[in-house]
Amino acid sequence: MDKNNDVDTLLDAMAAQLRTLISERKLTEPAMVGIHTGGVWVAERLHKKLGLDVPLGSLDISFYRDDFTRIGMNPQVRPSQLPFDIDNRHIILVDDVLHTGRTIRAALNELFDYGRPASIQLAVLVDRCGRELPIEANVVGRKMDLGNGEHVKLTGPEPLTLELQTPA
Amino acid sequence: MNHAELQMDAQGRLRHFLTIEGLSRQLVTDILDTAESFSGVTEQTVKKVPLLRGKTIVNLFFEASTRTRTTFELAAKRLSADVLNMNIGASSATKGETLLDTLRNLEAMHVDMFVVRHAESGAAHFIAQHVAPHVSVINGGDGRHAHPTQAMLDMFTIRRVKGPDFGRLRIAIVGDLLHSRVARSQIHALNILNAGEVRVVAPRTLIPADAASLGVHVYNNFEEGIRDVDVIMMLRLQRERMQGALLPSEHEYFRLFGLTEKRLALAKPDVTVMHPGPINRGVEMDSQVADGPHSVILAQVTHGIAVRMAVMSMAMGQKAQSGEGNA
Repeated sequence: MDKNNDVDTLLDAMAAQLRTLISERKLTEPAMVGIHTGGVWVAERLHKKLGLDVPLGSLDISFYRDDFTRIGMNPQVRPSQLPFDIDNRHIILVDDVLHTGRTIRAALNELFDYGRPASIQLAVLVDRCGRELPIEANVVGRKMDLGNGEHVKLTGPEPLTLELQTPA
Repeated sequence: MNHAELQMDAQGRLRHFLTIEGLSRQLVTDILDTAESFSGVTEQTVKKVPLLRGKTIVNLFFEASTRTRTTFELAAKRLSADVLNMNIGASSATKGETLLDTLRNLEAMHVDMFVVRHAESGAAHFIAQHVAPHVSVINGGDGRHAHPTQAMLDMFTIRRVKGPDFGRLRIAIVGDLLHSRVARSQIHALNILNAGEVRVVAPRTLIPADAASLGVHVYNNFEEGIRDVDVIMMLRLQRERMQGALLPSEHEYFRLFGLTEKRLALAKPDVTVMHPGPINRGVEMDSQVADGPHSVILAQVTHGIAVRMAVMSMAMGQKAQSGEGNA
């Protein structure tokens, strides 16, 4: 595991970027929302580091996936929990790996079914190439150039580690 | 092919939902878990998810129903499917042919799922055997055979109230077991979930001959049957399905088998009272019980939507071949 993959260091850097973002854009009382499963792990830590007042939310986007008719239902769907009113709220959406952008598309759709947020920022631990939609993150822990067939995976919840999977 | 085989695909996933019989405990639990997730959808401002967007679901009801049809309709709409309700009155002797004709016509309109209710046992199974491979069939109640979504919502309700360990529960199913498709499905579901003890309680004339073979204890005395139980699942007296003198009178039935507050005191203090509806007040139970603190009858209706969403989406999602997920 090379030093750049040390998740704690990446989280510290993300927290610093988020603090700047929150003050520059004047995001008052922002609410953080993690996407199951890895995104929730990352969000839990960022939420603590930033000392946010609004309780952490979590999204399971299974019901909003665009490949449902191809791969069917994941039986381990957890209910989404948003313990705050979404309307006029500044949301910081958190995921572990930003790849195609489809997960974020689904998460945005789900968020809007709960109300009309004032704004949504996206923070991801890893930004890898391979985007299929015009979606970019505001805060990135680390950029990785991965080829087709290469995958990066966050394992957790304790400790959090990034695993690089290369085709054999 | 029997029901159990017909409703699963090669990977052991739901293709149709025809009966509880033969389902694994894992699958039953998966359905309950998925329903639990769907119950959160009602908390959204927009009370729907886009899972079945662009799909067409036909409620094919050959038998009157309000609650079941409307909850199936709501479930489908919360999944963003388009819904068509067809109420087809009980028809002539050429049912088999008529049914297939109806089916072919609807299939020609590119329907993706049928929810079928029919007075004849095996109707949903028959339709499932004849639909195109991409079409799913959900049994909304067939004759005296099965009403699997009702049983699943009952299990969901018990799990919500009593917790996931069915092994410590003593459960009494009370009433017209002879004509009840609900009871049959409930018994299968409770057996699959390893319920501690399942009792069936009814007058001798309303107990089916094969009751004991289903692994239940039979009681002909109401008071004895509900003593110390955790859950009482009342059944509706199927007046419209009764032929001949199985009962002296409804008044007499209530005197012997009606659930009153006095009788309820024989069960455990925290007993839960359920009923699939519609209630015949003053026949199966007193209004004080139906509307009392032990009753979860309205919660059952609410749970019916989430459970039907789970079953519909699981059956519909398994159509396609497995592929790569997205990240």
